[in-house]
Amino acid sequence: MAAVLELPLPSRAADAALPRIDLRGVSLRYFTHEGETQALADIDLRVAAGEFVSLIGQSGCGKSTLLSLVAGILAPSSGEVRVDGATVHGPSPRVGYMLQQDYLLEWRTILDNAVLGAQIQKRDMKLARERAGDLLHKCGMGDFLRHYPRQLSGGMRQRVALARTLVTDPDVVLLDEPFSALDSQTRLAIADEVVDVLRSEGKSVLLVTHDIGEAIAMTDRVVVLSRRPGRVKSEHLMRFPSHGGGRPTPLQARALPEFNDYFRTLWDELDVHVEG
Amino acid sequence: MTSILAAVASTQAIAAAPPSARTPSPEYLAWRAQATRRRRQIVATRVLLLAVFLALWELLARQHVVNPMMTSYPSALWPTFIDLLRRGDLLGHTWATLQATLVGFGLSMVLGIAAAAALWWSGFAYKVLDPFLVVANAMPKIAFVPIFYIWLGSEYSVYGMAVAIAVFVTIMVVYDGFQAIDPNKIKLAQTLGADRGQVLRLVVLPGSVPTLIAALKMNIGLALVGVIVGEFQSASEGLGFLIVNGSQIFKMNVVMTSIVVLAILSGLMYLAIARLEAALAQRYA
Repeated sequence: MAAVLELPLPSRAADAALPRIDLRGVSLRYFTHEGETQALADIDLRVAAGEFVSLIGQSGCGKSTLLSLVAGILAPSSGEVRVDGATVHGPSPRVGYMLQQDYLLEWRTILDNAVLGAQIQKRDMKLARERAGDLLHKCGMGDFLRHYPRQLSGGMRQRVALARTLVTDPDVVLLDEPFSALDSQTRLAIADEVVDVLRSEGKSVLLVTHDIGEAIAMTDRVVVLSRRPGRVKSEHLMRFPSHGGGRPTPLQARALPEFNDYFRTLWDELDVHVEG
Repeated sequence: MTSILAAVASTQAIAAAPPSARTPSPEYLAWRAQATRRRRQIVATRVLLLAVFLALWELLARQHVVNPMMTSYPSALWPTFIDLLRRGDLLGHTWATLQATLVGFGLSMVLGIAAAAALWWSGFAYKVLDPFLVVANAMPKIAFVPIFYIWLGSEYSVYGMAVAIAVFVTIMVVYDGFQAIDPNKIKLAQTLGADRGQVLRLVVLPGSVPTLIAALKMNIGLALVGVIVGEFQSASEGLGFLIVNGSQIFKMNVVMTSIVVLAILSGLMYLAIARLEAALAQRYA
């Protein structure tokens, strides 16, 4: 599927062991009139092709900032961010970013929203429309192509946002608490669908969440960040031997005995203190 | 108290019989009928209010409670209107005013949006120019009428006045609209690789359509003010000219007739924009 992308990338076939996302010694400081803040310190993180990795940590630990670095909308103060071996200097069509809310443009139909990225990147719009139609069908939104966003529920809107992210066929998909605006039942259902679509498309995924359960259920590896400045505190592989072969769906994973063990481990790692 | 009860009853009626129900309940039909009645009452009262105003005007002037020389009266306007239409080229004057208003309106919209986009593009320029804009907007532009007359001549000074009155407030309103676009929508476009021009064209401008409509509504009125004021000073045609000319030779009938035509003109222009707004409301609700 990824081969549809126009850009021929020698690194892609040449070196299978090359990590898709590669952060080396990445730090980020930012300045305001109140002072300077060290948001991230000396982050080393690699995500392999096809791997799903989640980042958890307390509010303000720099999780979302890290995604902005990979997406190229922020530049690191020191260190290097690479995608497929190439240093990130700005937004790239190889990286798709799904934000906390859908941010659909209310004056565009669902189909026109889904092809926004293709339009910005000046792709062949006929092909983009076809691919968007296919993706929307895959996400169960096939009957709503001519609808406007306000006619859709929150879950449906987030499905459209997923299709919009995938239309330009990025290798890497960044998810920034993509379900936080949804109610809890919708969250569970959508998480299953999103993981299903992303796995079938062979994407590498970096998920930021504050929901420990979501991290365990959706991803292969969970990275815990420390409090500000964010550093990699620990990494945990999510394995579900009791499921037999293959990866359980997020909903299945939640019912497995390993889920609770991982939950307890990660909870202790997060070292949550309720203040006030 | 009774109205509260009625309101409660009517909400129950909606709950009991949603509009999609195949056979609407009698309560729902009654509620619908009441809503229609209320709408008609509003329109009828408006017409009545206008009629009372015209009747009082006619009566008070005819009975010399007010001096008809000063105020004229409705039944005297009709012959004047016919006379102006036949011999005074009322249509030509109205057209001159309408045309100047549309030109001034169009120019101030285009200039205003372009300037607002430039300010949005360069935050530095906005920071620098902001106080000047505020002062320019607060300035009574009428003070420039004689200057425009000298600079631009009799025809173009009318356009100049319309633009001067409308353009600054347009810049400020449209710029505020641009600023009110959700920054996350801009971030979204950036993550998809949009440059600043694309953000403006694909997100900021279309997202500001409701603001632009509001600016249109405001602008059409302001442009008309500018044109009339410009015509007072300099023109040899237009409704503003008729008004000034009529007052100078003390023909109140001509003045009042022109003002009535002006009121109808501005009402029609406003209606046209309201139509446009309703057509676009579908998408931007």
